[in-house]
Amino acid sequence: MNRYPAWKYILILLIVAFGFLYAAPNLYAPDPAVQVSGASSALQIDERTLKSAEQALSDAGIEFKGGELGENSALIRLNDIEDQLPAKRAIQAAMRDDYVVALNLASTTPEWLSNLGAQRMTLGLDLAGGVHFLMEVDTADVVGKNLETLAADLRAKLRAGKARYRSVKVEDNAIVARFRTEELASTARSIIRKEYTELTIVEPAGGNQLEVRAQLLDQEVKRLEDYAINQNLTTLRNRVNELGVAEPIVLRQGRNRIVVELPGVQDTAAAKRVIGKTANLEFRLEAAQDALVSNKEYFEYRDEQQQQMMGGAWLEKKVIINGDRVSGARVGYDENGRPQINIDLDATGGNFMHRSTWKNVGRRMGVLFIESKTRTVETTNEQGETVLTPERYEEKKVISLATIQSALGRQFRITGVEAAEAQETALLLRAGALAAPMYFVEERVIGPSLGADNIKVGVDSVKIGLIAVLIFMLIFYKVFGIAANIALAVNLVLLVGVMSLFGATLTLPGIAGIVLTVGMAVDANVLIFSRIKEELRNGLPPQSAINSGFDRAFTTILDANITTLIVAVILFSIGSGPVKGFAVTLSIGILTSMFTAIMGTRAIVNMIYGGRHVKKLWI
Amino acid sequence: MSNETENNYENTPALDYNDYNGRRVYHFMKWRNIARLISAVLLVGSIVSLAVNGLQFGLDFTGGTQVEVEYETPPSIGEIRSQLEGAGYKGAVVVLFGSDKDILIKLPPEVAEEQAQTRAREGTSSIGDEVVEVLKSHTAEEIELRRVEMVGPQVGEELRDDGGLGMLFALGVVMFYVAIRFQFKFSVGAVAALAHDVIIVLGFFSFFKLDFDLTVLAAILAVVGYSLNDTIVVSDRIRENFRKVRKATSEEIIDISLSETLGRTLMTSITTMLVLLALFVFGGELIHNFSTALMVGVGVGTYSSIYVAASILLAMDISKEDLMPPVKEGAELDDMP
Repeated sequence: MNRYPAWKYILILLIVAFGFLYAAPNLYAPDPAVQVSGASSALQIDERTLKSAEQALSDAGIEFKGGELGENSALIRLNDIEDQLPAKRAIQAAMRDDYVVALNLASTTPEWLSNLGAQRMTLGLDLAGGVHFLMEVDTADVVGKNLETLAADLRAKLRAGKARYRSVKVEDNAIVARFRTEELASTARSIIRKEYTELTIVEPAGGNQLEVRAQLLDQEVKRLEDYAINQNLTTLRNRVNELGVAEPIVLRQGRNRIVVELPGVQDTAAAKRVIGKTANLEFRLEAAQDALVSNKEYFEYRDEQQQQMMGGAWLEKKVIINGDRVSGARVGYDENGRPQINIDLDATGGNFMHRSTWKNVGRRMGVLFIESKTRTVETTNEQGETVLTPERYEEKKVISLATIQSALGRQFRITGVEAAEAQETALLLRAGALAAPMYFVEERVIGPSLGADNIKVGVDSVKIGLIAVLIFMLIFYKVFGIAANIALAVNLVLLVGVMSLFGATLTLPGIAGIVLTVGMAVDANVLIFSRIKEELRNGLPPQSAINSGFDRAFTTILDANITTLIVAVILFSIGSGPVKGFAVTLSIGILTSMFTAIMGTRAIVNMIYGGRHVKKLWI
Repeated sequence: MSNETENNYENTPALDYNDYNGRRVYHFMKWRNIARLISAVLLVGSIVSLAVNGLQFGLDFTGGTQVEVEYETPPSIGEIRSQLEGAGYKGAVVVLFGSDKDILIKLPPEVAEEQAQTRAREGTSSIGDEVVEVLKSHTAEEIELRRVEMVGPQVGEELRDDGGLGMLFALGVVMFYVAIRFQFKFSVGAVAALAHDVIIVLGFFSFFKLDFDLTVLAAILAVVGYSLNDTIVVSDRIRENFRKVRKATSEEIIDISLSETLGRTLMTSITTMLVLLALFVFGGELIHNFSTALMVGVGVGTYSSIYVAASILLAMDISKEDLMPPVKEGAELDDMP
């Protein structure tokens, strides 16, 4: 009695080994490191880059462990976390502004472990330090603007369709057109039905037949919102990359919010500036041959190949419109299947564009891409020391120069481009501006020292809580206490292993969840052991008492844990950030503890008592 | 499951209420009226306190701005307040946070609102940096910015709604699960016990004017989980004994069940309390209220699983017929109001 078949032991051993394997990377403290990558993706990072960065460190007298080349970036491991900032400065000064130098942590996990997909748990901002922003995208603004453009378009269509209107206005999220006669109104209705699939006609208030009220379909509103948010996400990602943060997070949250998390960043003001910057596209006419120098400017092409082939372009100083006016840019195909870039402007942008292009057909128009960048300048301060100060500047380069075929309006296209080029240019055209204004609705900054303190207090409470429970269980349940304690320790390892495997983020409330799990995980064992004690008291022989104790406690444990799991899942779905971390650890802890407390403890107890003649249980 | 144990019970010759199968039976239910009184007092007290004081919602729920800074030597709170006042931060609340060098500055909601209204594109400077600048201009000491939290009022409001809804939803789902797994009367008992615990923890926070933030909400939901765990273990035993023990009144059966599970209830409460104590003492200021909520909750939860859930079962006249498995159980469910 009370013997497990060999396969059960093997299964348990496999699961435990698996837990240890995936928890193991957390034992390898990462090296502080600096990461060098190109300011633009075109820049190749190679041996030479690495060599010059290492040279810069040697010159500055900073010791380092070694460098390695990654996917288009170079990583140099340092000995001391204190060296990180000086190292960043030294490399940045030496490499100048074509490269972005970011602080990073380099994994020290042995290769064979990483090959198995084992990684350290990522630390939440409250443990790692850094900045968290929650931004709200004003999607109503996008929908409103879209209605305005549709209304302008509708006026033209109504005129063309001989449906003379008194007024066409945007009121309460709807386009309202008013007419003098019912016939005109009904002509307008049929025009709207035919021409605008995205609009739906609603009954006007009070049944006024002289009024036509059209609203955007729900799915159209959703499409516009999604477009705006995805656009803003792309723009934000581009901007965040400029900050040189090692592992930034830019994610949509809920319907109209975007979370930006920048681990390791302390300068919030700078981060806010970069995230919030805007307007970096300009449309200008190509300067005429005989234009005065004071009226024209020379720009290089952004694409190096183009630059070599055509050697830059002279554009007029006058800006037709800037990126703010661009509401969309997509790659499309003409009737012959050749790629083209379809560009949408807002109403005002369309007017300006029309005014500037109708008398300039045949000339070329250039699109400038403007990047706001930071360069480090060496200056000498009063003490005669050379200091490096960051300086912001704008870089303007041509991304497109094409002949105007006819007067351009709100919608136009750029033809004669290669498919790949079209993709890239469309992306750049979009990247210029935010599709919708954004507001900071939440901002959290955690200093690095607070992060380190949080880790320390978290680890301390886990240790102390664990030791207290271990001692307590040993005193109360003796031999069975040992079994429960081993199970508890294994549970902790499994919990960490599963969290690492799933790439869960560890937060301070998450650590609190681990602590709580330690306290509650023994519950299953307590239930089983009390049951065994009871069965002994009922006069059952030791072996049957063990068996019956485990059996009878099982359903109770199951019920109790499932309900707790339900609560944890609800907590996960309503919680945000750190609280989610708590729910995650709690849920995983419940599952792993059920395994260790039921199967793990049973295996150990079976090994100790199973298949022997036992007179007395040490419980 | 072995049948020998079942037979054992059947052969038990006579039932001595004070000594059931060699175990001392505590007459818990004899005291149920006193327990009801205690619960009633605690509940009424909590509700009155909640009505009068309300909850002191933390930043997560109200929106607002908090800046935590660390001085090298303990500064004077009054001076900091007047320094901030002088710089135009009206109505700033300055308190110690954890140690006498750690200062937490709470700025009124208008500051956050103003910040939230600023369009992201205008790229304002950071409130945390501004505050540190003000404080630095008055001292030669190095002041470290530990933490800045700015939450827009609309975010806070949403969280409060979501939190409340989540809590109700959790109670609903649990009630449903218990009704299916056990019986309707049990689910009333379980939910009553949960509501009891949640209200008392809320009352505790209201009475002592502790900050109620997102971590405390998480703690309360964990309390729901914990208290439920306890209640289910007890209910499970009550159900078992109703089917097994003959010739005993409902009250006696409940007393026997509670006595049998008492050891386990206490053991689990103690181990949980041990780790919570570790968290409370060593876990740092940020999760102080979190561990407080859990400790109060675990304490109340332990009590409620004994007195609230069980005494409600008695009040609802739980009987053997309610628990005869399994066809009967299904029929019962259909009658659910």
